[in-house]
Amino acid sequence: MAGNIKLEVVTPEKSVVSEEAQIVMAPGTMGEFGVLVGHTPFFTTLKMGIIKYKDVKGEERCVFVTEGFAEALPDKVTVLAETAERRRDIDIERAKAALKRAEERLAKESGKQDMDFMRAKVALDRALHRIQLAATRRQ
Amino acid sequence: MATLKDVQIKIGAVKKTKQITKAMNMVAASRLRGAQTSMTGFRPYASKFAEVLGSLAERGGSGAAPLLAIREKISKINIVLCTSDRGLCGGFNANLIGKAESFAKEKAASDIKVSFTNYGKKGRDWVRKSDYEIESEYIGVVGGKFGFNVSVNAGRKLIDGFLNGEYDEVYVVYSEFVSAARQIPVIKQLLPIPPLEIIEKSEDETKQYLPEHICEPSPAELLNEMLPKNVYVQIYSALLETSTSEHAARMAAMNNATKACNDIIESLTLAYNKARQSAITSDLMDIVGGAEALKG
Repeated sequence: MAGNIKLEVVTPEKSVVSEEAQIVMAPGTMGEFGVLVGHTPFFTTLKMGIIKYKDVKGEERCVFVTEGFAEALPDKVTVLAETAERRRDIDIERAKAALKRAEERLAKESGKQDMDFMRAKVALDRALHRIQLAATRRQ
Repeated sequence: MATLKDVQIKIGAVKKTKQITKAMNMVAASRLRGAQTSMTGFRPYASKFAEVLGSLAERGGSGAAPLLAIREKISKINIVLCTSDRGLCGGFNANLIGKAESFAKEKAASDIKVSFTNYGKKGRDWVRKSDYEIESEYIGVVGGKFGFNVSVNAGRKLIDGFLNGEYDEVYVVYSEFVSAARQIPVIKQLLPIPPLEIIEKSEDETKQYLPEHICEPSPAELLNEMLPKNVYVQIYSALLETSTSEHAARMAAMNNATKACNDIIESLTLAYNKARQSAITSDLMDIVGGAEALKG
C-alpha cells in the first residue's frame, strides 16, 4: 500500500465519517468506482447505494448513502449525501416498517406511473438497501 | 390606597411570573445551543456544496438550465415565509411578517399575484387574515428538531410549481442569525436561482485545481443535477437560521421580562413597606392618643 486516503462523508445534519482509509469504493451514477491514494481529481454524482472502504487496519466498513455526489482528490475523498448511515447505525426495525409501508403503497398504486408511485419505489429501494446492509453486520 | 394584603398578593403574582420567564429564558438558552450546533454541523456541507456548484457553473456554462432562466414577464410569485410556531419572543415574528408584508405589497402594486408557503404558525395566521393565498404550510418545523428531508419536500414542490409556470419567481423571507443579540429579517431570491459566480471569487486557492476535475457525467449535466439541491440547501439554511434566531430572540425577550419583573417587585416591595410603616405609625398614634385620654 502506497498510503492512506482521507475519507469524509458529510450530510447536511452532521459529518458521518471522517477517517483514513486504504481504499474507497463508491456507487457512481455511471458505475461503481474505486479510489486509492493519488487518484486524479474526479467528480461525480452518486446513486443510492453503499460506500465500502477499508480502514487503516484493513477492516471493511460500509456506509449507506442516498443521493449525493463525490469528489476525489489525490489525498482525499469527500462525499456529500442527503442521508448517510454507517452500517452499525442502521435502524433495522425502522427500515422494515418503511419497507412494509412502501409495499402497501405500491400495491395500492400499481399500474399508475405518477409521482407517488415513483416515490414509493424509491422508498422501497431505500428500505431494501438498508435491510440488506444491516444483515451483513457482525453480531 | 391599596391595602397591605393587596400589595402582598401582587408581589406573589409577579414573583411567579418571574419564575416562568426565567425558566423560559433558560430553556431558550439551551435550545439555542442545540440550534447552533446544527448550524455548525451544516456548514461543512454548505461550503463544499457552494464551492463545487460555483466551479461547475463556471465550466458548464449555465445558460440552458431552466432553473436559472429569468422570466420576461413576472405575473405570479411565491414567498416562503419562515416564522416561529410560538410567541413570547419579542418582535421576532412581527419583524419577519412586516418585512414580508411590505415586500408583498410592493409586488402586488405592480399587478403581481402573491402566494405564500408558510413555515411556522405565526406567519400562517397572519397570511390567513390577509388576502394572500397559502400554497402550503409546514407547522412544527422551526424551533424544533428537523432533518434535511423537510426542505427537500418543500423545495421539490416549489421547483415543480416554478417549472409548471405556477409562479415566475420564488423568494424566501427568513431571519438571519447574526449574534445572540441581533437577528435581522432578510429576503432572498430562491428561483430562478441567482447567478452563482459570486460565491466562487473569494476562494482562490480551491479554484486552481477544481477546473482539472474529470467529471462524470458532463459538467452541464452535473449542474442540472445540483441546481435543485441548491434550492433545498438554501431552504434548509433559512430554516436553521430562523430556528436559531427564534431561540435567541426568545432568550433576549425573556431576559428583559425577568428584569422587568425584578423592577416591579422592587417598587411593590417599597410600596408594601411604606404602607406597613404608615399602618404601624397610625396604630401607635391611636395607642398614644388613648393613653393620653385615660390620663386626663
